[in-house]
Formats: sequence, structure tokens, C-alpha cells
Amino acid sequence: MEKTVLTGKHFWYGNIAIAEGAITAGCRFFAGYPITPASEIAEHISKRFPEIGGLIVQFEDELASMAAILGASWAGAKSMTATSGPGLSLMMENLGLGVMMEVPTVVVDIQRGGPSTGLPTLTAQGDVMQAKWGSHGPYEIIALSPDSPQEAFDLTIRCFNLAEKYRVPVILLASETVGHSAGKVVVPPKDEIELIDRKKPTVPPEEYLPYKPDEDLIPPMAHAGEGYAFCTTGLTHDENGYPDVSAEAQEKLVRRLNDKIRIHIEEIVDVEEENMEDAEIAVVSYGQVSRPAKRAVKMAREEGIKAGSIKLVTIWPFAENVIQKWAKQVKVFIVPELNYGQIYLEVRREVAGDSETVSIPRMGGRLITPQEIYREIKKVSEK
Amino acid sequence: MNHKRIGGEKPQELHPMEGWLRSERMPHIWCAGCGIGPTLYAWVRALDRVGIDKTKVVYVSGIGCCGRGSGYLDVDGFHTTHGRAIPFATGIKLVKPDLCVNVISGDGDLFSIGGNHFIHACRRNVDLLVICTNNFIYGMTGGQLAATSLRGDYTTTTPYGNVEQPFNTPHLADASGAVYIARWTSIHVRLLEESIAEALRMKGFRYIEVLSPCPVNYGRRNKLPGVFDTTEWFLQSSVVRHGANTSEVQIEKGKPIILGNFVKREKKLSYYDELKKLEEKVKGAAEAEE
Repeated sequence: MEKTVLTGKHFWYGNIAIAEGAITAGCRFFAGYPITPASEIAEHISKRFPEIGGLIVQFEDELASMAAILGASWAGAKSMTATSGPGLSLMMENLGLGVMMEVPTVVVDIQRGGPSTGLPTLTAQGDVMQAKWGSHGPYEIIALSPDSPQEAFDLTIRCFNLAEKYRVPVILLASETVGHSAGKVVVPPKDEIELIDRKKPTVPPEEYLPYKPDEDLIPPMAHAGEGYAFCTTGLTHDENGYPDVSAEAQEKLVRRLNDKIRIHIEEIVDVEEENMEDAEIAVVSYGQVSRPAKRAVKMAREEGIKAGSIKLVTIWPFAENVIQKWAKQVKVFIVPELNYGQIYLEVRREVAGDSETVSIPRMGGRLITPQEIYREIKKVSEK
Repeated sequence: MNHKRIGGEKPQELHPMEGWLRSERMPHIWCAGCGIGPTLYAWVRALDRVGIDKTKVVYVSGIGCCGRGSGYLDVDGFHTTHGRAIPFATGIKLVKPDLCVNVISGDGDLFSIGGNHFIHACRRNVDLLVICTNNFIYGMTGGQLAATSLRGDYTTTTPYGNVEQPFNTPHLADASGAVYIARWTSIHVRLLEESIAEALRMKGFRYIEVLSPCPVNYGRRNKLPGVFDTTEWFLQSSVVRHGANTSEVQIEKGKPIILGNFVKREKKLSYYDELKKLEEKVKGAAEAEE
């Protein structure tokens, strides 16, 4: 019996849900290096892949792991790695190569406290800005953040779909508390799960230009060994894939790499809004912090305070239109997060002085409680 | 296949291996006297001789002068990051085991920044052919010290001479478990071609070191200033000793350079074969349970 999609109800840790989400999405190549608190993903895939014909390699480091998932994707596999902050830092090198070569792949980051070795076993959300621009150079990337095992499962599938569609590495920005909390995960029947595959060339090999984009700015992708004799490079290149180290080529290529994400921002960005219709105070949150945030909003509503919740499911590209829209109505945005105000600054930038913005920063190590967020809402409402 | 690529004209006089080259991209970036060209020539001749389908050939390179090679050959070419050609190639090979995956890169790429990947790929016996063009120097960045620079060598970062012990790369490959190990120079193109052909017919991690002149950034600083001076040194000092003990092939100034096909280990399962064998075992056990 083929056990690829485990349709039914399960009680899974977030990390297991991510591994099963990847398998459901069609991931058949995993490369990684052990790291707390992400190792359970590789451990689960090690058990599962031999049953379903996937290949998992525990590489010598994260540099190799990230390189290998790019190679695997070029050979036609859906590929993934999973790590935490220190590993993500090492992966930045080839994440940049993935952006430049336009390789669909998924990088899971189970965030822990940093900087450096920080808090290996405790939660944080400190990698938000690293997920955006951790590799050098100007680029756009996609990152999603789950708040529960169920959402970890669902968003892992979406990460693969986005990676395939936009030909870009996609980051699942989870955290220790998501990876290590257990909950109900419902896996739908296989035929109810939408899966997207990368665009393939429609022209014969002699007419194929590997970096000639379609109207959506995304070039179709040939795989190694299909007879297209394409070449690809991390250097700035032309539509042939040949190095062209000129300012003109850089302008054309890098602008497109950014624009192929920017022009699709409406399609990529996903937010969940609650109690926003008449909200004067909005709590903007993401990942596991959105759970205490929603609870705090509910507590405030019970007190008659006009509070609402905006949960960012998509972290990057940033939900700029959403924040700009609500800034016309909302008087104060409160941003609780497990860092020193990374998304807070994004919110403040989009609000552009139209509303007040308040940060609730925690350096990590523990979650923010509903009471802490509620107290801030209360304080703001009494001003 | 006649690609309608943008820009560039085919030269009037065609190269003998025209079918394998993107000749519209010529001239290449390499300096006069460089050993990379002859090495690639020997490689494509060997591919041709062994009769490998061009559409199944994959060329993965890292960064440096040698890294640019993957853009000059008319096969699927991947110019990756510094030192990561081997793990990148591993990903390709495991997903498409029928492809002939080759890593051709420099000594800095494979043994300094990529040294860890090299020994681990040897250990796993990943089915790759790895060719290192060793020119004892960082050529592209302007002649800095390499992990293969000889003791006493002058480089831009060792202006008073190198005090470090260089890698003996065949010995490193041997200790790490490579199934085929050879060393030639870019002057010995026929013998190199034969060695590459032999390696192409085998499975598993195969390593060939090709000593390669860099007149501009190595020779010029090390009393070998002319275009052919390093070539002359190779010709004068080389001794072919097939099956030599790799612990005894360290390159030292003033001593013979030992070339040859050193190691050939047969019947060792490749990494992919091991993984598939394991998969069969797991699936068999699951079926028995049902």
C-alpha cells in the first residue's frame, strides 16, 4: 500500500506535521544536518522516505544540504531541508544561489533563541529579517509562518506550491513552540489537495532559452538530462544562462527576480483578520504568538474594547496593502513578537504615521501570554 | 543540435570537438598557457570515446577560473557556489542516477573551501567523477596561497614564502575511500584522456588530479615566468608510476612528480545503490507485515 498521503485525523507534533506535509506535497528529496529543535523532521523523514521511494541524505553540514536540495530540484525532484537559526545562517550562501538560479525548493526554519548558539531548546522569532535578506544582494523571497501543527502541515504544502510556481526557495518560518507542540492534524483525501508543479518548456531544445521569462516573469524550467543542454550560474546572466557581468544585465535580471514576486504579491500574501470591522486597536501577529494575540483580542472585546486581530500567514513579501488599508481606520497597531521588533518596523513603515504603532518585544525563550498582550490593549484603549 | 542562442557567432575555423562546445562563446576567459583547456579537451575526448550520450552528461563546477568551464560545454552545466559543486552534484545524481555527473573544479574550490564535502563524498562513494585542476594557487582572485601551494611558494598572501604543508590530494582521496584515483598533468593529454575514459567506465567516487600551469599567477612569482616554464617543469620532473602508494606521491620542490593511475577499487556499491538496497529491505519488511 502506498502511504504517501495519510488521510485522516492525527495527533502530531508540529515537526511531524511538517514532514508529513512535505511528503503530501510530493517532496522526495531531503538533505539536512542535525540541529535542535528541528531534528525530528529529518528523523521522521528517515523513517518514511524508504517506504515511499524518497531519498534522504544527512550531509556533513548545512552548506552541503542547501547545495544538494538545489541540485536535486534541477534533476526534477521536489526537495526540502529543515534547520534552525545557526544552520539557516550557513544556508544563506546557497539560498542566494537558489534565488539567482531560480530553483524551487523549501527551507524549514524551526526558530530558536539567538544570536549565535543562543537558546537551542527554546522558542523565538528572531530570524524574520534573516529570512528576508539573510543572503547578500537585493532579492525578494517568500516566507510563511505557521501557528500550530495543523497550520504547519497546511503551510508546508503551500510552501511547495509557491516554490514551484514562482521558481524561488520558500522558507517555512516556524518556531520551537510550533515544532514541539502536539495537536490535531487533519489530512484531507489526496484528491482534495491542490498541488502545483513547475512550468516546463514548451519549445524544442534548440529553441529553449533557460532564462527567457513568460509574461508572468517566470521562465519555464528544464531539468538535467532532458536534452536541453542549458547552463545556469550564480553569476549575473543573460537569457541564455551565460554570464554577463554588466550593469545592464544586472539591472534586467535582478529587477525581474524581484518583480516576479512583487507583481504577484496579492496572490502570495495571506492574512487572517478577526474582529477588524470596527477595530480601533489592531494586534498584528504571526506564528505561535498569534494564538495568545487572538485570545487577548477576545478578552478585550469582552471588556467592550474595539480590538481586532491581523494574523500574518505570509511574512514575506510583507502584507503592505493590508496594513495600509487598515491604517485608515485603526488608531493603534500593537505588534507582539519574539524579537526586538522586526515586523513592528515593517508595520510602522506601512502605517507611515497614519496610526500609532506599539511594539511588545520579547527576546525569546518563552511565549508572550494573552494577559501581557491584553494589558497592552487595555493601556492603549485608556489613552 | 543547433541551438538558436542569442548573440555570438560560430567561428569560421571549428574546434575538433565542436559538437561538445558552445563555440559561439569563444574566446574563453583563460590565459595563455593555462591547463584548464587541455584538461577539458581530454575530458570531452574521453566522453566521446566511451560513447556517453551527450544529453546525459552533467557538468558541475564551483568558483574560480575552472568554474567557468561549465558554461563553455554544450551539456547541462551548473556553475555553483564556491566549494559546493560536490554536494550540488550529489543532489542531481541521486535524483537522476542514469546521468553521467562530473565535477570539474580547481584545488581551492575542492580542497580548501570544499574540502569537507570532498572527503565525505569519497566516504559515501557517491557516483561522481571529480577532476581537480590543481594549479597550486588561487588564480582568478590574483594569486593567493592555496591549500596545495608548495612549501616555500611565493604568493600574494605569502610574500616571504609559504610555511604550510600542502595537501597530498590523491592520498586524501585514498584515505577517504575513493574507488578510482589518478594524477596526471594537463600536458599528458593522451594519458589523461585514457585515465578519464577508464574512470568513466566505473561507478562510485572517482578522482583525478590534473596538475595545471598558471603562468600568470603562479609561475610568474615562482621562477617559472614563461608561458611554457611550468609545462617544462612538469615534463622534466614527471615519473609515471601506476599503482604507486598514495602516501608517497606528495609533491615537493626539486623532487620527481609521481603521476599514474594509483588506485582502482572494484565492486564497491555506490551510495545510490546502497540507499536503494536499503529501500528494498524496508519495503520488503513492510510487505511481509501486511
